Amino acid sequence: MVSIKEANQEAVAIMQKSEPVLVDMGIAGEVLPGMTEKTILHAGPPVEWEDMCGPMRGAVIGALIYEGLADNEEEAVELAGSGEIDFAPCHHYQAVGPMAGVTSASMPVYVVENKEHGNQAFCTVNEGLGKVLRYGAYAEEVIEKLKWIEKTLAPAFKKALDLIESGINIKNMTSQALHMGDECHNRNKAGTALFIREITPYLLKAGVEPQVVSEIVEFMGENEHFYLNISMAACKATMDAAHGIEGSTIITAMARNGVEFGIRISGLGDQWFTGPAQVIDGLFFPGYSTEDANPDIGDSTISETAAIGGFAMAAAPAIVGFVGGTPEDAVKFTKSMYEISVAENETFTIPSMNFRGTATGIDVRKVVETGILPAINTGIAHKDPGVGQVGAGLVDPPKECFEDAIRAFAKEYKG
Amino acid sequence: MSKKVLELFQKELQVVNIGLESFAENLQEEEVEVIQLDWEPPAGGDEELASILDSLMD
Repeated sequence: MVSIKEANQEAVAIMQKSEPVLVDMGIAGEVLPGMTEKTILHAGPPVEWEDMCGPMRGAVIGALIYEGLADNEEEAVELAGSGEIDFAPCHHYQAVGPMAGVTSASMPVYVVENKEHGNQAFCTVNEGLGKVLRYGAYAEEVIEKLKWIEKTLAPAFKKALDLIESGINIKNMTSQALHMGDECHNRNKAGTALFIREITPYLLKAGVEPQVVSEIVEFMGENEHFYLNISMAACKATMDAAHGIEGSTIITAMARNGVEFGIRISGLGDQWFTGPAQVIDGLFFPGYSTEDANPDIGDSTISETAAIGGFAMAAAPAIVGFVGGTPEDAVKFTKSMYEISVAENETFTIPSMNFRGTATGIDVRKVVETGILPAINTGIAHKDPGVGQVGAGLVDPPKECFEDAIRAFAKEYKG
Repeated sequence: MSKKVLELFQKELQVVNIGLESFAENLQEEEVEVIQLDWEPPAGGDEELASILDSLMD
């Protein structure tokens, strides 16, 4: 058999050399390979309509209305359960989506190209806070905002990106954001500001009407997580390139569908290893508690898989209170991630830790051996469709998915 | 008791405690300087998983 150590070094070298660049805006149905009008993508490992959690069901209803496949909730529920719709994880279509992650054919997506390896990854545009599809809301205002993103924001971005010959290097932008107090999962203020700074001149140069530029800048500025979806697509482009290395035990995807948490391993093809999604330990917005929380949901854990988010917690002291810890806890969490990773990142560094590179390349063997689970920062969704975010915190993945993965790995490679 | 052991107890103790933290705490209460080293058996002591891990180490 191949050397696991060498295979892991190869996978991590691919991660280190990856150059994810935002090159274009596309329409999901046109750019995601295999996507059809009746395909609905969702976050996390596979889950069927009958088993979906509240926020995901709400988002599916919203997507079917948005696509014109249903006129109302009743029709959407009937269609979703009819067997006519192909539900699949975003991850199976080179895509990722925060929270419910629901992506349908007409939705615009960021096209991020890994310039070093030539693969592409996709993610929808972040809709902002409040009543939004990713938290399962599907009221008229939600659909209107999605249409505005499709008809106004995305075409303007496309024009602007056409003018930027080399695209926008997201790896560099994330690296800068980490030096400005983001960990690029639960805090994206700096990343969003950097993105606005980069794109706005090109929106103007591209001849987008000043009134539209104004609306777009306002929209981005009001949403401190605007950068998250762009960053997630970059992480996906990085991790897909590192996937499929024979003999590698590096984790290339961690994702949750609100019912199950799942991982994929570089050397184990398209298999998912899953366990129950956990309830997040965190701080709740006034008026909400654990009782209101949906279990862990969303593809945004691609951030931790790609060495940011919880793996860069010490870079973001401003939010350690928000995620229920102290700055010392943040450093402790961050340092413990080196115990389960095989390298230190050459690009993502943490100023307060003498610019040490973040822990990179989670080795599933080390997770099982040490019992240290990947530290994940995440938002908390309300369990009912459409209520939105009710808090944020840290969550432990279920350990059985890591254990099942090493059992499968041993079977595959050792017989 | 061997001479070496007796000699050990006549000197100032320098202790590294590996694993169970309560041993270190007991010594600290007696004002003995202890360095605590976190250690757990691989896979939390699960024999099946430890054996799989063993087969996958290189």
